[in-house]
Amino acid sequence: MSEALIVLKGIGKRYKRGKQSVPIFEHLDMTIPRQDFAAIMGPSGSGKTTLLNLLGGIDRPSEGTINFDGKRMDNLSENQLAAFRAANIGFIFQFYNLMPMLSAAQNVELPLLLTKLGPRARRERVKTALAVVGLSDRARHKPSELSGGQQQRVAIARAIVSDPKLLLCDEPTGDLDRETAGEILGMLQTLNRDLGKTIVMVTHDPEAARFAKRTLHLDKGRFSEKDLNA
Amino acid sequence: MARTLAQINAVTSMNLRSIPSRLWTSISTVVAVGIATGVLLSFLAMSNGFRSTVKGTGSPDVAIFLRKGGGGELNSIITREQVQLIEEAKGIAKGPDGKALLSAEMYSVVDGIKKSSGTKANLPLRGVGPNAVNVRRGIKISAGRMFQSGTAELVVGRAVSKQFKGFELGRTIRLASQNWKVVGEFEAGGSVFESEIWSDIAMLQGLYRRGSSVQTVRARMEDPNRLKELLAFSDADPRLKLDVKAETEFYANQSRGISDLILYLGWPLAIAMSFGALAGALNTMYASVDARMREIATMRAIGFGGLPAFVGTMTESLLLSAIGGVVGTLFAYLLFDGISASTLGSNFTQVVFSFKFTPELVVQGVFLSLIIGFAGGVFPAWRAARVPLLAAFREQ
Ligand SMILES: Nc1ncnc2c1ncn2[C@@H]1O[C@H](COP(=O)(O)OP(=O)(O)OP(=O)(O)O)[C@@H](O)[C@H]1O
Ligand SMILES: [Mg+2]
Repeated sequence: MSEALIVLKGIGKRYKRGKQSVPIFEHLDMTIPRQDFAAIMGPSGSGKTTLLNLLGGIDRPSEGTINFDGKRMDNLSENQLAAFRAANIGFIFQFYNLMPMLSAAQNVELPLLLTKLGPRARRERVKTALAVVGLSDRARHKPSELSGGQQQRVAIARAIVSDPKLLLCDEPTGDLDRETAGEILGMLQTLNRDLGKTIVMVTHDPEAARFAKRTLHLDKGRFSEKDLNA
Repeated sequence: MARTLAQINAVTSMNLRSIPSRLWTSISTVVAVGIATGVLLSFLAMSNGFRSTVKGTGSPDVAIFLRKGGGGELNSIITREQVQLIEEAKGIAKGPDGKALLSAEMYSVVDGIKKSSGTKANLPLRGVGPNAVNVRRGIKISAGRMFQSGTAELVVGRAVSKQFKGFELGRTIRLASQNWKVVGEFEAGGSVFESEIWSDIAMLQGLYRRGSSVQTVRARMEDPNRLKELLAFSDADPRLKLDVKAETEFYANQSRGISDLILYLGWPLAIAMSFGALAGALNTMYASVDARMREIATMRAIGFGGLPAFVGTMTESLLLSAIGGVVGTLFAYLLFDGISASTLGSNFTQVVFSFKFTPELVVQGVFLSLIIGFAGGVFPAWRAARVPLLAAFREQ
């Protein structure tokens, strides 16, 4: 078992815009060790979300290789990628992305529908995940009946319920006030420390980045500096 | 497999539960599909009812003699000598008096006033003798009595007295410049004869100055297979040379044109309305997919496949259309089933018939609605299955 959870080598990524092909990354290398908690900062349009999408198997690189847990994943088919995401990745979005028609518990249950677990086992897992984020008493609430912070906690429960190795967060506190943001970031920190989840988090907020173990600055498709947080 | 079903289930139920947030466009789709289905079914029921009325007329063992090439009864003419020749033909059943069982008849057209609209319409006035009832089956005087020979008395079919003014029992009515007394009403098993007025043949021959000639002769055959012999008999004698047809065939031919006409009006109208409904369904379903774009992308990011998104959208479309189909069917049924109408039959006379719904018609209506649902759902569903995953990261 290698030390690193993810290794990116020589990554190039271009988007086609009309006839032009716009490069976002060229020859990007990156290593994310197990149990890392990395914050990624950088100006708007620098490619933070694009990087997260590559790490999460939502998008594929134009060049280079990505190894996840020792296996190539840049060359997987679309269906294989969907299975890869279901097994390994938990996503946390800026706007929570909960299903408005479903209760908190049903939202958390969704990733489990992709596993072999039966209804009873699923219910147990959902209960545990909601307990981890401190929302056991809101299981039956619809997202519209929850505050922004509570909705993001439901989203975190959904991200961890199938026990993925990697959590990817794109501006998870971008829509929350400072106090609530602090709660959410503390929760991510706990998941990283106590449950050993590897976390990559994109943020604009230096305060938020302080909760991570290290911060990477992305600019013009390169990591310009690395600084270890406390 | 079970997991795929669980995914489809989850996505579909989310999909259906989100319909209330698109309530008005969904309702308008239901209504549009309902109207298209209802219109189609009404025309089908009309055609069906007309056809079954006309088809139910006549028996296979009654032969009808007409002038060659004349077409209908109105244009036909048969002389007294020809009638006497026909009496000699082999294959005709014998009546109680031991003579050939045949009925020589006059056929003319008179004006009636429709109760519903107050407008004029043509009614057949048939001049008959006593054998008219014996040659046909199922003619029954349901009120009053039969007319007396040699008098200006009438009996009227049940549909005539129901739909036209002035034919109540005991009333005197002026037809063909003659005052008639209505003395009876008859049933004829729902056949075209119920849309006719019958009087004494001699009275009509006098009124129309036809002397002793008649227009048609009906003969009860010993069995339906004797028709060939009658045809051969008529062809062999140069004095005859008449058309001979089974009565059932005669009416079936007459019904075809009109019921086809109803269908040719009904289907294009229903299809035009279906296109309207289809446009509505497409609009609703694209709106549905657009509204759920981020949800669908999020599900895909979590690891769900494109199939559940496709099935969910398709199900929503089929469900809305099926509801429309059922509502349209129900409305058409409640409004029209069993309702009487009259339309031009053969010889531009009125045939009274009822709209008739059958299970097959309902199946056709529901089928139409499901086709609209399918066509309106398949492209939006395809779009749903191909929502870019990156949409999960965008603000609504
Ligand atoms: N699907 C796409 N097609 C074409 N260009 C794209 C696409 N997605 C992103 N881009 C472009 O790639 C660049 C990087 O985008 P990305 O979303 O990764 O930036 P970001 O760092 O996340 O920015 P922000 O902080 O505003 O979220 C931008 O210039 C963007 O316009
Ligand atoms: Mg971004």
